[in-house]
Amino acid sequence: MTELKLPSIDYAALAPILIMLGAALLGVLIEAFVPRKQRRLAQLSLGLLAVLAALVMVIVNSGDRLITAGGAIAVDGPTLFLQGAILVLAAMALLLIGERSVERGGAFVAQAAVTAESADDRRQAEGSNGATEVYPLTSFAIGGMLIFVAANDLLTMFIALEVFSLPLYLLCALARRRRLLSQEAAMKYFLLGAYASAFFLFGVALVYGFTSGIPGRSAGVDFATIHAAVTESPASEVLLFGGVALLAIGLLFKAAAAPFHVWTPDVYQGAPTPVTGFMAACTKVAAFGALLRVFHVAFSGAAWDFTPVLGAVAVLTMLVGAVLAVTQTDIKRLLAYSSIANAGYLLVGVLAPSKDGLSGTMFYLVAYGFSVLAAFAVVTLVRDADGEATHLSRWAGLGRRSPFFAAIFTFILLAFAGIPLTSGFMSKFAIFAPALDAGQAWLVVAGVLTSMVLAFPYLRVVVMMWLSEPGESTPTVTVPGGLTSAALTIGVLATLVLGVVPGPLLDLANGAAEFVR
Amino acid sequence: MSNFPFLSVLTVAPLVGALVVALLPRRRPDLAKQVALGWSLLVLVLSVVMWVAFKTDGDRLQFRESYTWIPQWDARFTFAADGIALVMLMLIAVLVPLVILASWHDAESSKRSVPVYFALLLILESTMIGVFAAADVFLFYVFFEVMLVPMYFLIGSYGGHQRQYAAVKFFLYSLVGGLFMLAAVIGLWVVGGKTFDWQALTQVDISTGTERWLFLGFFLAFAIKAPFFPFHTWLPDAGGAAPAGAAALLVGVLDKVGTFGILRYCLPLFPEASKWFAPWALALGVIGIIYAALLAVGQNDLKRLVSYTSIAHFGFIGVGIFAFTTQAGTGAVLYMLNHGLATGLLFLVVGMLVARRGSALISDFGGAGKLVPLLAGVLFFAGLASLALPGTAPFVSEFLVLIGTFTVNKPVAVIATLGIILAAAYVLWMVQRTTQGTLNPALAEIEPMRRDLNLREKVVVAPLIALIVLLGFYPKPVTDVINPAVRATMEDVGRTDPAPEVGSIQEAAK
Repeated sequence: MTELKLPSIDYAALAPILIMLGAALLGVLIEAFVPRKQRRLAQLSLGLLAVLAALVMVIVNSGDRLITAGGAIAVDGPTLFLQGAILVLAAMALLLIGERSVERGGAFVAQAAVTAESADDRRQAEGSNGATEVYPLTSFAIGGMLIFVAANDLLTMFIALEVFSLPLYLLCALARRRRLLSQEAAMKYFLLGAYASAFFLFGVALVYGFTSGIPGRSAGVDFATIHAAVTESPASEVLLFGGVALLAIGLLFKAAAAPFHVWTPDVYQGAPTPVTGFMAACTKVAAFGALLRVFHVAFSGAAWDFTPVLGAVAVLTMLVGAVLAVTQTDIKRLLAYSSIANAGYLLVGVLAPSKDGLSGTMFYLVAYGFSVLAAFAVVTLVRDADGEATHLSRWAGLGRRSPFFAAIFTFILLAFAGIPLTSGFMSKFAIFAPALDAGQAWLVVAGVLTSMVLAFPYLRVVVMMWLSEPGESTPTVTVPGGLTSAALTIGVLATLVLGVVPGPLLDLANGAAEFVR
Repeated sequence: MSNFPFLSVLTVAPLVGALVVALLPRRRPDLAKQVALGWSLLVLVLSVVMWVAFKTDGDRLQFRESYTWIPQWDARFTFAADGIALVMLMLIAVLVPLVILASWHDAESSKRSVPVYFALLLILESTMIGVFAAADVFLFYVFFEVMLVPMYFLIGSYGGHQRQYAAVKFFLYSLVGGLFMLAAVIGLWVVGGKTFDWQALTQVDISTGTERWLFLGFFLAFAIKAPFFPFHTWLPDAGGAAPAGAAALLVGVLDKVGTFGILRYCLPLFPEASKWFAPWALALGVIGIIYAALLAVGQNDLKRLVSYTSIAHFGFIGVGIFAFTTQAGTGAVLYMLNHGLATGLLFLVVGMLVARRGSALISDFGGAGKLVPLLAGVLFFAGLASLALPGTAPFVSEFLVLIGTFTVNKPVAVIATLGIILAAAYVLWMVQRTTQGTLNPALAEIEPMRRDLNLREKVVVAPLIALIVLLGFYPKPVTDVINPAVRATMEDVGRTDPAPEVGSIQEAAK
C-alpha cells in the first residue's frame, strides 16, 4: 500500500472561497438560533461582511499565480479578476435582495412551500415578513461561483457548478408576487439545468477516456493533462470532440447561449427581480469565466476545431437574442433576450485567442454586470398595487411621472445599445477589436448587424417612457430605500465611469489576462 | 493667443452651459432662455477670436491639442482644425444663438420642460463642435454617435406631427450607419498599427481589398448622415417633424458631418478606394440632385419641401467632392457653409410661418404676403438664396462646383445644371402658393397671421441675410481659409487640377 500523501493547500489563496462558504454555513446556523426579528439584519450584515472580506482577500492575493489544493484550484490573474468581479456584483445584488422598504416584507415569500393562490398564500402576499433563507442560499451560490472560475480540473468545475446552481434553482421559486410563474420558472430551470449538468458530466467522462494512454502520464481531467493530451493522445479524436461538445453544452447552458437559451426568458421573468439581477450579472461572469478557462487552457490546442462551431453558436445566439427581443412586451423578458444577445457578443471575445481577447471579455463581463444590475434595480421600483408593473405598455409616459428614474433607465438602455460615453460602447470595442485582429471578421460583422436590430427594442422602451403620454394605468415609481438606491447608484456610476475613463479597468484586466496551466 | 486651447474649450463650454440651464428651476423658463442665449453668444465670441487666430498660410491642422484618454487603445483626446472644420465650427457658432432666439416660444407649446429644450440645444452644440474638432478617429466616432441623443429628444419630445416615428427613424438610420462605421473604425485600427491618430493613419498603406471595405464602412455612415440618395428617406420625416430651430440645426449643421466626414476621413485615409468608388458616388450625387428636386416640387408640406431641397443640395456637395478638383472641392465646402446659412434661414422663416398658421401645409396658405409682407419678403429672399440666385452666397459655391466638375466630367456637370432649373421651379412655386396670389380667406381669420415680424424675429433673420449677401459678393475671406485644406485633401487623393490651358482639358479628363 502506498503512503497517502496529503496535497499542500494554500489557505490564503483559497480564503475568498472559504470565507463565502463559511458565511453560508454560519447563515444556516443563524436561521436556527437567532430570533426571527433579528435574523434579517444579522443575515444581511453577515452576507455583506463576508463579501467584503472575500473581496479584501482577493485584493491581498492579487499577485498570486499558483495552483493549489492538489491541482484542483488555480489562482491566477483571470481567477482573481473574475472573483473580484463576482464579489462586487454580488454585493450589489445582496443590497437589492435585502431591500424591504419598496415592498412590504421584501420581494421574497415567507414560506416557499405554501401552495400558490391558497388562502395562506394570499395572507403571505399581504406583507408578512419574507424568509431569510435567501441570504445563506445566495452566499452558497457566490461561493460556488468563486470556485467555478478558479477550478483547475473538470471535476472541481462540475462540483462548483452544482454548488452554485442548486441555490439558484431555489432562489427562483421565492417570488412573493406571481407565485405560480415563479415556481414554474424554478421547475424549468431545475429540470433543464439538471440535463445540462448531466451533459457536462458525460463530457468529463469522455475527456477522461481521451487522456488515457499517453506515455509517461496518467489519465486525468486536470487542465494540464488535457492540454497535453490534445496534442499527444493516441486515443480517437472522436472522444475529444464528443467530450468538448458535451462540456460546451453544459457551460453554454449556464451562459444562456442559443440554442441552449430557452430557459432564460421564463426564468428571468418568473424569478424575484433581485435574483434575476444576480443571475444576469454574476452567473454570466461565472459561466464565461469557466468557458474562458476551459477553451483557453485545456483545449487551446484544438482551437482550430472548435472555433467554427462556437462561432456559429455565437452568431446564432446574437441573432436569436436580438430578433426575439424585438417582439417582447415584458420588460423582464426583453432584458432576458438582451442578455442572450450579450452572451453572443461575449462568445466573440472568448473566440479571440489573444491576451486582448481575454482582457476584453473580462472587461465586458464587469461592465455588463453593473449595467444589468442597475437595470433590474429600476425594474423593482416601477410598481403598482399588484407588485412590479413589468408589461411594457405600463411604462408609457413614465418619463413624465418620474423623470429621474426614466432618465436613469434611458441611460442604461443607451449603454446596452452601445452608444459612446457608456460602458456598453467601450466593452463592444474591447471585444470586437481583438476578434477582428484575430481575423474573425465574420463574427464582428454579425455582431454589428445584430446590434442594429437590438437597438430597436431598447429604443422602443425609450419611446414608451418619454414620447408617449402617461395613461391611467401608468404606475408611479416607488421611492427606493437606501439599499436599492446604493445599488442603483453604483451601477449607474460604473456604467458612466467605465464609458468615459475605461483605462484603469482595462489596465487591471490586461494585467490579469494570463492563465497558469 | 494661438496657444489657447480653443477647440477643447469650445467643446466643453456649451456642455457646462447645458448643465447650468438644465438645473434652473422649471418655473423660470425666461431665465433659462436668457442663460442659454448668453452662453451661445459666448461661444460665438470665442469662435470669432479663433477664426482671427487661424493662419491661412499655416499648417493644415491648427490649434492641435492632445490629451491621454485610453492608453491601452491609443485613443486620445486630440483636437485640431483645418480650414474646412474651422468654417463649419463658425457656422455652428453663428447658427446656434440664432436658433435659440428663434425657438424662444417653441418649447412652450409642447407642455414639456422649457429649460430642458434649451439644455438639449446646448448639448447638441457641444457634440457638433466636438465632431468637427476631433482629430482622433475614436473621438470622432464618439461624438458622431453621441450627437444623435440630444437630436433624438429634440425631435421626439418637442416635435410636431408624427414626432415619435420621425425620431425613431432618424435614430435607427443614423445608428445603422454608425455601427457599420464602428466595424470600419475597428478594422482601420487593426490594419493601421493600433492607433487612432488621424495624422498617423493617413500615412498607413492599406491593401486594396481591405481599403475598399473600410471605405465602404465609413462612406455608408456618411452617406446616411448627409444624406445621399438612396439613404435619404429619414430626412424629410425628421425635418418635417422637428421643431423649426432643431430642423435648421439638423439640416444646416448636423448633416454636414456626413460630407465633412467624407472630406476628412474617406478621402485622405482611403485615397485609392475613393478614386475607385468615385464614379458611383458621382452617380448617387447626380441622381440625388434630380430626384430630390422632383420630389420637392410635389410636396405640400413646407418643412418636408425644404428637407427635399436639402437632399438635392447635398447631391451638389457630393458631386463637388468626388470631382477631385480644387475648384469643385472648394465649391463643395463653401456650399456646406452657404447651404447652412440659406437653408437655416429658410427653415427658420418657414418655422415662423408655421407657428403663425398652426399648419405646415402649403394649401393652408395663399396670399400670406398681404398679411405679413415682411415675413413673405424674407421667405422670398431665403428661397432665392436657396435656388442659388447670383448675388447670394450659394450661387458662388454652386458655380464653383459646376465649373470644377465640368473640367473633368462634362456629362455630370451638364446633368447637375438641370438641377438649378428644377430648384427655381420648386422654390418659386412654393413662394407663389404660400405668399402670392389672392388671399386665402381662412388665413385672414387667424389672429397671429396678422402679426408681421417682431423685433426678436428681425434680429434672427438679419444676420443671416447679411451674411448671405456679403458672401455672395465677397467670398474671399472664406475661400482663403478653405482653399489650402481642400488642396491638401486633393493631394491626399493624388489628384492635381487639370492645367488651365486650352486643349489640355480633354487629356485631363482621361
